[in-house]
Amino acid sequence: MTRAATTPAAERPLLEVRRLAKHFPVRRGVLSRVSGWVRAVDDVSLSIAPGETLALVGESGSGKTTTGRCILRLLEPTAGEVRFDGVDLLALPPREMRRMRRQIQVIFQDPYSSLNPRMRIGTIVREPLDIHRIGSGRRERDEMVARLLQRVGLDPAMMRRYPHEFSGGQRQRIGVARALALRPRLIVADEPVSALDVSVQAQVINLLIDLQEEFHIAYLFIAHDLAVVERIADRVAVMYLGKLVEVAATAEMFKNPLHPYTKALLQAIPVPDPARAREREALRGDLPSPADPPPGCRFHTRCPVVIEVCRKVEPPLVEVTPGHWAACHLVPGPGGPDGRRG
Amino acid sequence: MARLLEVTDLSTHFQTEEGLVRAVDRVSFSVDEGETLGLVGESGCGKSVAALSLVRLVPPPGRIVSGRIVYKGTDLMALRERDMRRYRGREIALVFQEPMSALNPVYTVGYQIAEGLIVHKMMRKREALLEAARLMDLVRIPGAADRLRDYPHQMSGGMRQRVMIAMALACRPSLVVADEPTTALDVTIQAEILDLLKGLKKEFGLSLILISHNLGVIAEAADRVAVMYAGRIVEQAPVRDLFASPRHPYTEGLLRSIPRLGGGGEGPAGRKRRLAAIEGSVPNLAALPTGCAFHPRCPDVMPECRAREPRLLPLGAGRAQGGAARAVSCFKHHDAGGTPR
Repeated sequence: MTRAATTPAAERPLLEVRRLAKHFPVRRGVLSRVSGWVRAVDDVSLSIAPGETLALVGESGSGKTTTGRCILRLLEPTAGEVRFDGVDLLALPPREMRRMRRQIQVIFQDPYSSLNPRMRIGTIVREPLDIHRIGSGRRERDEMVARLLQRVGLDPAMMRRYPHEFSGGQRQRIGVARALALRPRLIVADEPVSALDVSVQAQVINLLIDLQEEFHIAYLFIAHDLAVVERIADRVAVMYLGKLVEVAATAEMFKNPLHPYTKALLQAIPVPDPARAREREALRGDLPSPADPPPGCRFHTRCPVVIEVCRKVEPPLVEVTPGHWAACHLVPGPGGPDGRRG
Repeated sequence: MARLLEVTDLSTHFQTEEGLVRAVDRVSFSVDEGETLGLVGESGCGKSVAALSLVRLVPPPGRIVSGRIVYKGTDLMALRERDMRRYRGREIALVFQEPMSALNPVYTVGYQIAEGLIVHKMMRKREALLEAARLMDLVRIPGAADRLRDYPHQMSGGMRQRVMIAMALACRPSLVVADEPTTALDVTIQAEILDLLKGLKKEFGLSLILISHNLGVIAEAADRVAVMYAGRIVEQAPVRDLFASPRHPYTEGLLRSIPRLGGGGEGPAGRKRRLAAIEGSVPNLAALPTGCAFHPRCPDVMPECRAREPRLLPLGAGRAQGGAARAVSCFKHHDAGGTPR
């Protein structure tokens, strides 16, 4: 593999993930013997340019959240490389990793459980500044907190209030302010709007888009809602059972999806337009267990266009057209119909 | 089509520490035979409490304080509890959002489907289990007969929701109330469950009340829609009319704020397109604003919106079209006396 899939050629990537794998042991019995492995993330390579949004989409069990946690080193990957600005994060000693964390922040899905209920929101947002000793003292940091709160659309006078006094959307703004405090260059946002009401979801999406333009932040945007993803992402990577199945620029992905799973995902979204009759090719059956993925192409058990080879041979992720990668035996690659590159 | 259910002025209140919460406030709607009514709204709008009120299963401290629920000519509110039990499950069945918590983890799914048949239809256990297998087949659980002895935890979320639907259908109800039946599911599974519900509805001539926050789900499955906000119905319309020309500013805002496929990409000057969000957030039901509960977030707010509460009244144009009556609760469309504007 010459370069990580999907690197925009011109720019040096801010984040580069190469052949990332995370396997969890499955333990059985009273002795907790390891009886198998869940390959939650299996050979995933991707990259993000400065100021870019890469969306990582997939259904439950696809490994998208695990991928995000490995990048943040909240989980130790089983194999692979995570390079940030050229530095291999997995090789960093804890002290340097901590310094690196200033540049990589996270926003979680659930604004109810991700804020400490006993802390005032001013303290929550100031905590990263305190830890990294930003500014000359408490007073200066409080001023920074006030500016942050204002920037995310909250009244700085609310600094002394507690999380329970805020609505879901406001709490997510607090989470955004906390992530923003250290002026990170990358934010991993794990389903940041899926717990919010529809009317509030739009506010937070707009905020994230605004902040990206203002501070040139890159996002790894982990989500299952493709309509949201289309709004915010520059490129999209689709995961299925721990594998990347397709990567492409957003417009290309939505206009010309190549992988049957991506097509099924797009067709499955209920369209808020009753006048538009939809054609849907129903997928067969359920998502297989990631502990026991099917051999060959992992999607073959549900694929509407499965052929014999899919049951035996795992298709590689190949660049079909510039910047558009897919892992499917039926997608003709540049190296011939089986998609193998020379 | 004959009227199956007619709900008039239903109110369900909760006495809480914060004060009186009018979770459902003077709500009226109806469902015809074979019709799907979509009940749409955001968290805390009262749509789930409305569903539980229909079968008089409101959890304490909630209480139905007023209203009539006329089902096939009988006012359910006037029934004694033991007579009400003959309606629950047998006539009106419920499907909940979270099949894992709605199913009993210590009984097999086969037994749980059969239970209703044993209780309501006086079937023997053997006979009921055979029927359960047939029902599981009907909701397209592969290898149904072999899965009768499965426990809920052995099934995936999508399969558990199919079991819930099989349970709901067991006693051949005329009305199924499905509260966010696909919300906990992945999008490809959600599509299958929606297709299943639509197919079963046609096959059995069921009526359906489909409760969802997802306007896409509503657009796909509902015939008519009632939009709820802060315990009240603010707009009611046939599904096509509602999506083509929403009349209440809240409905308009909701429809504009959802991202749609094909709506993304770059706008002017290469900037990503923003969504048209509704400002503010859903109000606290224990401390509602005066007048129209939506007025603090409404882009079209007028002085009278702060002072008086609009009533849900038919729209003139809708009535002229015949049958497909539309109603809206907004002073943009009628004045405080109810005269159309």
